[in-house]
Amino acid sequence: MSHAPTALHGNHACALGAIAAGCRFFAGYPITPSSEVAEHMSRELPHVDGTFIQMEDEIASLAACIGASLGGVKTMTATSGPGFSLMQENLGYAAMTETPCVIINVMRGGPSTGMPTRPAQGDIMQARWGTHGDHPVIVVAPASVQEVYTQTIRAFNLAEEFRTPVIVLYDEIVAHLMETVSLPAKGKAEVKDRKWATGAEVGFMPYAETDDLVPVMSRPGDGHRVHVTGLTHTPDGFPTQKPELADRALRRLVDKIELNRDRIDEVEEIETADADILVVAVGIVARAARRAVEMLRAEGVKAGLLRPVTLWPFPEAQVRNAAERASVIVVPEMNTGQLSLEIERLAGRGKRIRTIHRIDGEPIGPDEIAQTIREA
Amino acid sequence: MNEMVRTLEPFEIKDYLRLQLMPHFMCPGCGHGIALRALLWAVHELAIDKNKLAIVSGIGCSGRVGAYIDANTFHTTHGRPLAFATGLKLARPDLTVVVITGDGDCLAIGGNHLIHACRRNLDLTCLMLNNEVYGMTGGQVSPTTSANRLTTTTPGGNAEPTFDACKLAEAAGASFVGREVTRQAMALKNVIRDGIAHPGFSFIEAISDCTEIYGRKNDLGESPEMILSQKSDMRPEAFGNVADEPFRPNRLVTGILAKQARPEYGAAYRDYAVRVKSKPGRPR
Ligand SMILES: Cc1ncc(C[n+]2csc(CCOP(=O)(O)OP(=O)(O)O)c2C)c(N)n1
Ligand code: SF4
Ligand SMILES: [Mg+2]
Repeated sequence: MSHAPTALHGNHACALGAIAAGCRFFAGYPITPSSEVAEHMSRELPHVDGTFIQMEDEIASLAACIGASLGGVKTMTATSGPGFSLMQENLGYAAMTETPCVIINVMRGGPSTGMPTRPAQGDIMQARWGTHGDHPVIVVAPASVQEVYTQTIRAFNLAEEFRTPVIVLYDEIVAHLMETVSLPAKGKAEVKDRKWATGAEVGFMPYAETDDLVPVMSRPGDGHRVHVTGLTHTPDGFPTQKPELADRALRRLVDKIELNRDRIDEVEEIETADADILVVAVGIVARAARRAVEMLRAEGVKAGLLRPVTLWPFPEAQVRNAAERASVIVVPEMNTGQLSLEIERLAGRGKRIRTIHRIDGEPIGPDEIAQTIREA
Repeated sequence: MNEMVRTLEPFEIKDYLRLQLMPHFMCPGCGHGIALRALLWAVHELAIDKNKLAIVSGIGCSGRVGAYIDANTFHTTHGRPLAFATGLKLARPDLTVVVITGDGDCLAIGGNHLIHACRRNLDLTCLMLNNEVYGMTGGQVSPTTSANRLTTTTPGGNAEPTFDACKLAEAAGASFVGREVTRQAMALKNVIRDGIAHPGFSFIEAISDCTEIYGRKNDLGESPEMILSQKSDMRPEAFGNVADEPFRPNRLVTGILAKQARPEYGAAYRDYAVRVKSKPGRPR
């Protein structure tokens, strides 16, 4: 199945994962530390009859991706904090119109221009709540170069399966880390495609309610002549302001993700079964946490790690479960407290929570986490 | 362009509308309806298959017009329809893609996308309905509001200068630029038709009227008076001559204002891809 391992940077692995997943359109705007994704896509896409375009800004980049996706092509853009902020309105449009697309957000120090070449995890909440209004979202958070590859493919699959934008969230370290990756042989990656409407049906309902709540998509030119709008719309695609119809439409949008969690959730648990001290961490910080857990196990401390791989929707049940068994929860993150808000919400009353927050552009190391656990 | 004109069946607007959506939302006398008719008439004359027609619109009264067209219609975000259309056209060169936008949508919030769409020269047609105002949000000043006009955000009369969208489009590289008034529906249809037929980026400004808000506020009369005044305000020979008082002091020129043969970007990218593919090895 696998090729011989290749050494790649995270951003390169991302581009290769996208191509393997069937991405044939990329629109982006350069920004550190994500630019190499665009550079690699510009090289790869012509070879697979795809299209690369550098747009005039990030707003246009996501708009072009959505336009191409509505045309029937798998699309991706890549950015970092400032550009991710600019994309928020169109991200909501993709969610509302149920247009599959993948957005790579390589986190760097913020706010504003911040520290462009330093890692951070300041966009955990923005990735969930960045656009306005109640909306569904899927965010995956790879922690290694190998995982950037596999999670980018998975992001495309989720986007197609659930007709929703999917965000791949990692940070500057993962982006620029060089690691060995084993890539599946060409054409061997598991790839999913959206459900296409067939036949020039009269009265086709572009947002009809299906069993799994994900509507079938029409490709322009196939005769359905569908209307797509960011206005709240009924199953026929046309706008409504009737309270009961609006409620139904928006609830389906949210339920589409919530009720299909068994197909969306992914967590990695290390030694959580008997863990008295539970560490919850994402991305690169989780790798340091894993090392810390190993160190403490060697010292006889019952530590364990829970790492959300699908970060949003948040793995509530899994965290609740693991938290119930632990007496202390440690949350290290490269921000002033975003992941920890979720943990506080889920841990239950009286649970002790210790947090580590770094916003100085330096990663959180295993020793720092281990020390916090020892003191917990 | 005449050989492209279909003369077989007479134009019947109902063949191109989603009649189930009637009555439409537009105010009585709104110029946008005339522009819609002219567009559909042009589509008819070009014998474009409705299944292969994509209408991408922004947000505004102008943007809402697209929904009434029985085609593939995309009502996008404010100012961004050209960016959406760029992705759609690159992914689907087989579609005829027409953007419907307003003066605020296209020139204010979407101005950057306009100049870059002109520069790229992708085969899109951009139809900007210029009513000199933000109609949908209740009549605020726009980049094309004439001097001294009253709007809800220029209660003392507009002090900002306007700009000429056609000159902007031409300077930015649009390979087809045209302007027509809704008063001359047939002439507008002809410009739109020629713009769609033109292989490259076509920018067409339709001078439209916001009767209910802008017209009322400025005491410009009922819609017949407003539409009649369009003619006297459009004087090809008087271009650039800022006249004393009337409705549109800049006296904009109408007709096909610029046309040049430039490489169409979609084809240029596909050629580029062929060249890249034929080179041995892949750059890393
Ligand atoms: C990001 C954003 N900002 C503001 C608005 C509010 N808005 C809706 S339409 C519009 C102006 C439309 O004016 P124009 O493009 O001239 O179209 P018209 O209604 O005059 O046809 C504005 C500001 C919006 N929808 N989105
Ligand atoms: S508000 Fe003005 S632009 Fe909008 S529909 Fe009414 S007349 Fe037309
Ligand atoms: Mg307007």
